[in-house]
Amino acid sequence: MKASAAERAGTYLILGVFTVFALYPMVAILVTALRSEVAGQGGIHWENFAAAWTQARFGSYLLNSVLVSICVVALSLLLSVLAAYAFGTMRFRGREVLFYLVLLGLTVPAEAVVVPLYFDLRDLGLTNTYASLIFPQVAQSVAFGVFWLRTYFRSTSRGIVEAARLDGAGHWQTLWRILVPMGRPAMVTLAVLVFMWTWNEFLLARVMVTGEELRTAPLGLQFFSGPATTTVPLLAAASVLVALPVVVLYLFLQRHFIRGMVDGSVKG
Amino acid sequence: MAAGEPRRVGYLYVLPALAVYGLFLLFPLLHSGWLSLFDWDGLSPGTWTGLDNYVELATEEGAAAAFGHAAVLVLFFSVLPVCIGLVLATVLHRTRVRGLPFFRTALFLPQVVAMVVVAVAWQRIFAPDGVLNALLGTPGRAWLGDESTALLAVGVVGTWVQTGLAMVLFLGGIGKITGDLFDAVRMDGAGPVREFRTVILPSLRPEIGVALTLTVIAALRTFDLVYMMTPQGGPGGSTTVPAYEIYQRAFHGGQVGSAAAMGVAITLLAFAVTFVITRIAGGGRR
Repeated sequence: MKASAAERAGTYLILGVFTVFALYPMVAILVTALRSEVAGQGGIHWENFAAAWTQARFGSYLLNSVLVSICVVALSLLLSVLAAYAFGTMRFRGREVLFYLVLLGLTVPAEAVVVPLYFDLRDLGLTNTYASLIFPQVAQSVAFGVFWLRTYFRSTSRGIVEAARLDGAGHWQTLWRILVPMGRPAMVTLAVLVFMWTWNEFLLARVMVTGEELRTAPLGLQFFSGPATTTVPLLAAASVLVALPVVVLYLFLQRHFIRGMVDGSVKG
Repeated sequence: MAAGEPRRVGYLYVLPALAVYGLFLLFPLLHSGWLSLFDWDGLSPGTWTGLDNYVELATEEGAAAAFGHAAVLVLFFSVLPVCIGLVLATVLHRTRVRGLPFFRTALFLPQVVAMVVVAVAWQRIFAPDGVLNALLGTPGRAWLGDESTALLAVGVVGTWVQTGLAMVLFLGGIGKITGDLFDAVRMDGAGPVREFRTVILPSLRPEIGVALTLTVIAALRTFDLVYMMTPQGGPGGSTTVPAYEIYQRAFHGGQVGSAAAMGVAITLLAFAVTFVITRIAGGGRR
């Protein structure tokens, strides 16, 4: 249908207003990050990023985040693939019950389990370790991962699996040689979402980490914003460093990202 | 449901995931229920108090305030974004917009950025010397430092974060509506409003259901934003929310039992919300 010129103009106006609303805070923080620490001094100051990196050991916070995120993504993906394969293609007693048990985890807010989790892990001497940051996050991600990948495994054509069977492939080979390579889009989406959730996680890290050496980037930002010695441009630069990895990944993979959010949107 | 092959080896495949899930999510959840029945400070032996913690939640002022604030946030995190998202998606659908991928990407971007970063960015905007005061001509006003505006300021940020999500969900939904439906009402001479009411709104029920579920739960869970933007739960406790109270009670107030009870309460609320909304939306996910 052809819309009138006025309607078209109206559409762009509304769209423009909301786009500015969405982008302004992000652009503002980027601009602030490039400002001089000395008020009134112009020019672009890339050195703020270097200063944020070294000052308050922000580089080590980012390193922790990278380490934790990689471990969580790898483990979540592996466990989800295995479980979703079984839930999607095999029949065994209690399958339904077990699947719904896992699905339950989609609605449980992390806020509800973080308190007992802290005390349980403290008793085991595991607080303030990488394990305390990794495993609870994997547990949350697996709930979504199993749900997400089971849909993929169920949609794979039975014909392909049976052909593999005739060629003498066992269930293990069928999974890794055929179904996993074919399901790359579903896996990439899952990996990207889990990476984003892990990278941005704050409460779990806030509770589990007591020392300075294990702080992840979002946590580092909180402590960074505390001391009065930190200047606004430095804080902004640190914020950009926290946001950047996920934003870059998003811009590259935004189709996957958006589809993942939309299709798998049962996750709370 | 698709049959699948009968295979016992399935248990072996499921086991690793179930082990981690059980140990680090399911068990803590049950443990939370158990802890909520005690008066415990996290150090000395606790005393059994039965449902006292829950009774307290229902009667105590601090808890009531936290849940009240959460209700306000639901308005900003959920109701407003869904309404705006509907308008945006409808408008976008009616005209062929050039550069739609760019707009979609930009509007969705707030979903991606860490809440701590969002908090830092918006703190600058709300600051006494920030851009909001410059725009409104109210120099020196501390939006986050004022009891009457702090919660609303946090709410606006929630609207900012969630609107893109709602819009993208709805755009996807509208894309799936068959053209015949639109042609039919247009033949009837329906304007945009009637088209919205008779075609778009009913067809989008599943998407609206999903958007409401996601955003209401996000509102119930808000922690990072409040914790970063308004330390100590805001001026005069004006921005305390359940998640903030859980953290505060368990790790600073020595009231672990009460915190656990609050955790159970928001879990039940999240379940209820999911259940009710999927029911009304007619099976939100297809």
